[in-house]
Amino acid sequence: MADVTQEQLFEFLCRMGDNTLVLGHRVSEWCGHAPVLEEDIALANTALDLIGQTQMWLGLAGEVEGKGRTADDIAMLRDVWDFRNVLLAEQPNGDFGQTMMRQFLFDAWHLAMLTALTKSTHEQIAAIAAKAVKEVQYHVERSGETVIGLGDGTSESHKRMQDALDLLWPYVGEMFVSDAIDDAMAAAGIAPDLADLRAQYDAHVTPVLAEATLMIPEGGFAHKGGKTGFQHTEHLGHLLTQMQWLQRAYPGATW
Amino acid sequence: MSSPNSAYPDIPETQTKPKRHEWPLWEVFIRGQHGMSHRHVGSLHAPDEEMAIKNARDVYTRRNEGVSIWVVEACNIAASSPSEKGPLYEPSESKVYRHPTFFDIPEEVGAM
Repeated sequence: MADVTQEQLFEFLCRMGDNTLVLGHRVSEWCGHAPVLEEDIALANTALDLIGQTQMWLGLAGEVEGKGRTADDIAMLRDVWDFRNVLLAEQPNGDFGQTMMRQFLFDAWHLAMLTALTKSTHEQIAAIAAKAVKEVQYHVERSGETVIGLGDGTSESHKRMQDALDLLWPYVGEMFVSDAIDDAMAAAGIAPDLADLRAQYDAHVTPVLAEATLMIPEGGFAHKGGKTGFQHTEHLGHLLTQMQWLQRAYPGATW
Repeated sequence: MSSPNSAYPDIPETQTKPKRHEWPLWEVFIRGQHGMSHRHVGSLHAPDEEMAIKNARDVYTRRNEGVSIWVVEACNIAASSPSEKGPLYEPSESKVYRHPTFFDIPEEVGAM
């Protein structure tokens, strides 16, 4: 079994943690604004689950890095170019349907990834995945049901869900593209081969979208550059001005 | 006694169509960690029974309150009528002997 460097492991953990951090923040933006009270609380629960997972991933990233950074330091004191989340996670909420479509497309990947990570050769990663996978099983059940309900709902809700799928589908591919870091993780048995997850993902997502009477857009184009840090969309910078506002205005503030 | 009432007697039953297009109302019952029975905890709106259970999970079990959830659409609950309080409950007020407090319980029986 191949070894991975400390830097590679740190990078991998930032990818996991930044996905949940950025998406968790996005989902939390609905707090107090969702269309009905029940969905408001459900979205807040999802956001809190994701932020909780972030604490574990970025906490471990800080340990691995060995420079004394905490999960909070990594989350609040980096700028756009240091973030390693996939582009899908940072896309704006749009309407409720767009938010739930983004959630479902991410959740289905997240479930496949975490399920594989429970068998990681890295003990702490396997433990984090085992805790997170139960939360994510519920997330994907809920987001999937909502996608079906709205997709196969009224003509208005159907149109909005199809628009959301057309908009977000090109961001799906990035979650399955491997680079040197992913290859090193797979070789060491720390993380799965991302390409292997794709069949599982399609087997999950395709029937749900079919039941929702939605058409998957043709073509395999995929926006990339989020998880490698090459180029985020303009939305992430705006998100960080909100998320990191306190630390930017009052550096080092604690309470 | 006349026919059973709905769970919400203040809302006229003749009003079949809600004023706003809303999801139906569901009553939520949760069995706690140590309880044997499901207890009514509140109500919520949901499009169908599966979503009602999911919503109940999110609204009423966030703090680890439950191990089992029941939901029932509020319109399917039959309730006693508040206006029949008198004949329904007052007769038992004067029958304290129905409480088994007038017997000496042998010590061997222990706590009951």
